[in-house]
Amino acid sequence: MIKARTARGVVGVAGLLVVAELVGRSGLIDPKLLPRVSTVLKAAFELIVDPEFLFYLSGTLTVWGGGLLLAVLLGTPAGLVLGSLPKADLAVRPLIEFMRPIPSVVLLPLVTLLMAWDHGIKMTIVVYAAIWPILINTMYGLRDVDPVAKETLRSFGFGRLAVLARVSLPSAAPFVLTGVRIAASIGLIVTVSAELLAGGVDGIGTYMVRAQSGFRTDLVLAATVWTGLLGLVANALLMRVHRWAFRWHVVKSGGLA
Amino acid sequence: MLDVVNLRHTYGEGPKAHQALGGIDLKVSEGELVCVVGPSGAGKSTLLRSIAGLIKPTEGHIRIRDTEITDTPGDLAVVFQDYSRSLFPWMTVEENVALPLRRRGQDRKARRAAAGEALNAVGLAGATGKYPWELSGGMQQRVAIARAIAYRPSLMLMDEPFGSVDAQTREDLEDLVLQVRKDHRMTILLITHDIDESVYLGDRVVVLSKAPARVAGELPVNLPFPRDQIATRELPAFVHLRAEVGRLVRGKEHPAAPATEEENLADAEDTSRSGERPAAG
Repeated sequence: MIKARTARGVVGVAGLLVVAELVGRSGLIDPKLLPRVSTVLKAAFELIVDPEFLFYLSGTLTVWGGGLLLAVLLGTPAGLVLGSLPKADLAVRPLIEFMRPIPSVVLLPLVTLLMAWDHGIKMTIVVYAAIWPILINTMYGLRDVDPVAKETLRSFGFGRLAVLARVSLPSAAPFVLTGVRIAASIGLIVTVSAELLAGGVDGIGTYMVRAQSGFRTDLVLAATVWTGLLGLVANALLMRVHRWAFRWHVVKSGGLA
Repeated sequence: MLDVVNLRHTYGEGPKAHQALGGIDLKVSEGELVCVVGPSGAGKSTLLRSIAGLIKPTEGHIRIRDTEITDTPGDLAVVFQDYSRSLFPWMTVEENVALPLRRRGQDRKARRAAAGEALNAVGLAGATGKYPWELSGGMQQRVAIARAIAYRPSLMLMDEPFGSVDAQTREDLEDLVLQVRKDHRMTILLITHDIDESVYLGDRVVVLSKAPARVAGELPVNLPFPRDQIATRELPAFVHLRAEVGRLVRGKEHPAAPATEEENLADAEDTSRSGERPAAG
């Protein structure tokens, strides 16, 4: 079944590429403005062995990975505290609901003033955007812990902390990981956006800005292809981790969202 | 060994308050298997949860071996009706059974040995490495029972333990409880709404009235051991007892004229097994 699914996905992507290529070759569009699919794909293959592009790419990976790691390190404990202390949750909730919808890139000017480290600035922006799904999924995961499971351990005489560590945490862990997976996608979007807006010495976004100023639309699109693939690979990896580590959850909930 | 004195519990306050327990007195001796029956919503679970220390009763005393219970006693094991929620799905069967033994200060090796032994006792020696959700409902409840046995509690509480399994499995599990009790000399307080089951398993049946629950009556069960699903249930004494319990559960006094055997049977029949009593509160 999974194979059939993959096959259909491949057919869909290939179909779209073929159509786009045909439109490109029909002469309706000036290839200088919008290069053909084949041109873009060729450029993409060349980019991945181009040390200059790899240098730019490494910048994106650093900011994205670092930001995501920080978001996990901050968001999970905060979610644990807020998820297990309803009063603290009530106190902080309005603040969270206010801060959450603020697009993190609007903080760029402020953070740029406060910080001189290029990667640090972007990471801060990534953390701001990526922390919410982790925080909120952790909170809901904790609140969703089965009361019967908690009572079972309590009835054997285990204390609050033991119940938290042995029942609540393992039970909430799949939700946390789902939060991380959502945060990973958001993190990539924000990383590249910040690079496009703020520039810097490296990063895919910076590369795109430079390619665009040289009218190399093919390179801009080729870099876009790699950005998309990065997101795809990260998501697939985290899904795989989820299936492997939380098989019990996948079975119990009847699938992976 | 268990001594419940004038236990009262009220949920909520003000006009919405619901008094679940209206003064329960109950004693369980060492090694005894006592079944508590009562209509749905009678506060049976409230009683059990109070004894387990999971809720603080409004009034009254609970003593286990002369020690007043104020928190979770740490020396009892509860088998819940909902095995699929009570077992931890991220742990193997063996890990589930071994986990509470951490409280006993046993090292890893001793925990594994005790878990293996308990699983063996419930006929699940081959399932140690499996996950609970890979097992059938009846097998999952066996795991929960093994977990309770391994802990060697001074008192085992069972809350409608067979309410979620099919009839055949239910009979197997009832016999398993009798076996376990005999082999491990356990003291068991079992809560059920099933009158037949209470008579079949118990040394004594305690009947609760509807909420606010009080003890409506107590009947010693002098049926011979070993009990047998077919032979025991056809004994006249069994039929009589379940009719008696049935009357108490329904809150009926003895009829003025002695009832015929037929009426006795009919009455017992419809309050037993799957027969749901009218909900009381």
